[in-house]
Amino acid sequence: MHIVVCIKQVPDSAQIRVHPVTNTIMRQGVPTIINPYDLFALEEALKVRDHHGGEVTVLTMGPPMAEEALRKALTYGADRAVLLTDRHFAGSDTLATSFALSQAIAQIGNSFGTPDIVFTGKQTIDGDTAQVGPGIAKRLNLVQLTYVAKITSIDLSARAITVERRSEGGTHVLKSKLPCLITMLEGTTVIRRGSLDDALRAARSEIVKWSAVEAGIEDITKCGLRGSPTVVKRVFAPTPREQKAVQIDTTEKRVRDIADELVASIFTHQPALQHELSSAGSA
Amino acid sequence: MSKEKFDAIVVGAGMSGNAAAYTMASRGLKVLQLERGEYPGSKNVQGAILYANMLETIIPDFRDDAPLERHLIEQRFWLMDDTSHTGVHYRSDDFNEPTPNRYTIIRAQFDKWFSRKVREAGATVLCETTATELVLDGGGKVIGVRTDRAGETIHAEVVVLAEGVNGLLGTRAGFRKVPKPEAVALAVKEMHFLPEEVIGERFGLTGDQGCVIEAAGTISRGMAGLGFLYTNKESVSLGIGCLVSDFAATVESPYTLLDAFKDHPSIRPLLAGSEVKEYAAHLIPEGGYKAIPQLFGNGWVVVGDAGQLNNAVHREGSNLAMTSGRIAGEAISMIKSQGCPMAPENLSLYKAMLDKSFVVKDLKKYKDMPALLHTNSRNFFMTYPQLLSKAAQNFVRVDGTPKIEKEKATTAAFVKARSRWGLFSDAVRLALAWR
Repeated sequence: MHIVVCIKQVPDSAQIRVHPVTNTIMRQGVPTIINPYDLFALEEALKVRDHHGGEVTVLTMGPPMAEEALRKALTYGADRAVLLTDRHFAGSDTLATSFALSQAIAQIGNSFGTPDIVFTGKQTIDGDTAQVGPGIAKRLNLVQLTYVAKITSIDLSARAITVERRSEGGTHVLKSKLPCLITMLEGTTVIRRGSLDDALRAARSEIVKWSAVEAGIEDITKCGLRGSPTVVKRVFAPTPREQKAVQIDTTEKRVRDIADELVASIFTHQPALQHELSSAGSA
Repeated sequence: MSKEKFDAIVVGAGMSGNAAAYTMASRGLKVLQLERGEYPGSKNVQGAILYANMLETIIPDFRDDAPLERHLIEQRFWLMDDTSHTGVHYRSDDFNEPTPNRYTIIRAQFDKWFSRKVREAGATVLCETTATELVLDGGGKVIGVRTDRAGETIHAEVVVLAEGVNGLLGTRAGFRKVPKPEAVALAVKEMHFLPEEVIGERFGLTGDQGCVIEAAGTISRGMAGLGFLYTNKESVSLGIGCLVSDFAATVESPYTLLDAFKDHPSIRPLLAGSEVKEYAAHLIPEGGYKAIPQLFGNGWVVVGDAGQLNNAVHREGSNLAMTSGRIAGEAISMIKSQGCPMAPENLSLYKAMLDKSFVVKDLKKYKDMPALLHTNSRNFFMTYPQLLSKAAQNFVRVDGTPKIEKEKATTAAFVKARSRWGLFSDAVRLALAWR
């Protein structure tokens, strides 16, 4: 089977700082990493490949330096990497990104075999929208299985897949047909350490680079800034809240008194809540 | 085991490892370089000053694209007591030359660049791959390394140990001992962000000009140690290092020394308004000539910090590392081109070439310095800086005391602190060690 994993190279958000004077995000010198959520998708893809055979193709869209992220994915054991890179893609929002990626996935299908599963992480840590995965699914007319915590089974002959999907109310067990798109939840698995031979292969691999034309994109107006209706109006560092958490001394006072004080304090801030609770109590 | 075999495996992607890998790969050898860090430079710590000459020998046109911070036009040496510093500043417009001699660099960026050159020269570089032990054949010849990737091994004709000051592989294999506490310094440093124009104003610099402060005195609390402050483009790096044996004896902690250094009235205004960007710690080999271990053997050579090739007196390390890496690479390439085995009698060529270079000659010159500074550290790092500060203050403070009495007081302070014989013997021993 053929699996495509979409990854994104993102700035390590743990190390991002806001410039003290200009108030802009300082990207210079901030290390880039593979979007951590994408690693769960990649590992799941590699597991499926190891179990059912086939190939894993990793795809990303980004500047030439995004090659680093792809090479790393090869080190983990991916079979092939494709970098979608073109000036026309600069300034893409989630709409333009999902358009470009879906076109590239179609082209990957033409070149290396139609994918049975497309994986993405549940969202990226820089954009945090969780829109690109579903956007790709819609454009490629794939069944979308979002927030998947576990792949329970894959039946290749019946072209069926069963997954556990986490939702607010609990866990859905979903059975779907292949091909499908899965956005993978975090904490589901741990990314493997590639073998020495995988690492050697990755260090020497030529990364396939596609321009918009090479990816089969005809309508350039749907790409990059031109194809992006989203406008960033302002970037700012949030000002810290004035209210601070207060540490309560529990050694002197009885815990019951503290609890009473807390409840009283909550009720002064939320009078409606007191009313609601007391009426619920009387009923 | 990987089926592939290499001409040479280089363990480590610091200055010495990159120099060795680049030299061999550009001479057509099949080279594999292993680096434990996420990328070359991610684990490497230095002040850091780059000496252009030694890199130029390896990559003549490095100035075209290497990430260099500032070229140095001013050097300040400070002797500090708790409230003052007595300084010698050397600043020269001669350093604003077309091909400057010294630069400040940020290793995380510089090493990435150097590694790219290594890859472009044809070497295979594997990051996030730790060599865990050397693989030996029945005859005791090193034939490869074991990695932390599922314990898989990979083979080569020769292994270049550029593994840094701790040198775990070499010590594990019994080629050398763990460095003694009196032969290594522990240095801690911080990088403080400051806008480019603020650095320019504070240090009197324009454009890419840079300034270096190196300071000794009571900041090391009587231990053999040195403080430093280097200007980068948009940050200053500052730190302090002392011998590990001194730290152990005095139970001082490195970070309190650094905090005190930052808070010193001579340093504080230079850092005002800065934001700490990163902090790091590193061991520095300071044993000098007498601490250099065996540098070659059956199928292996040692380069850089792992070979204690560091000149503590002149605070030079990366250039000795680069040069030893280059020379090892040249020697191995010569042996290979003549079709000879990587046996000790052939690899001794590396040591012979190194002995003729400035690396060993410089270390030999100062062979007695580490012992002198170690045994007399309190005098050199506590008493003399304090006396000098007193003398300087005595000289500049105008308070109606007759000059002759002032001079007598200064002389008396020195004699009282160290005795005539002590002063004489310190001077003679220092002169002998410097000779």
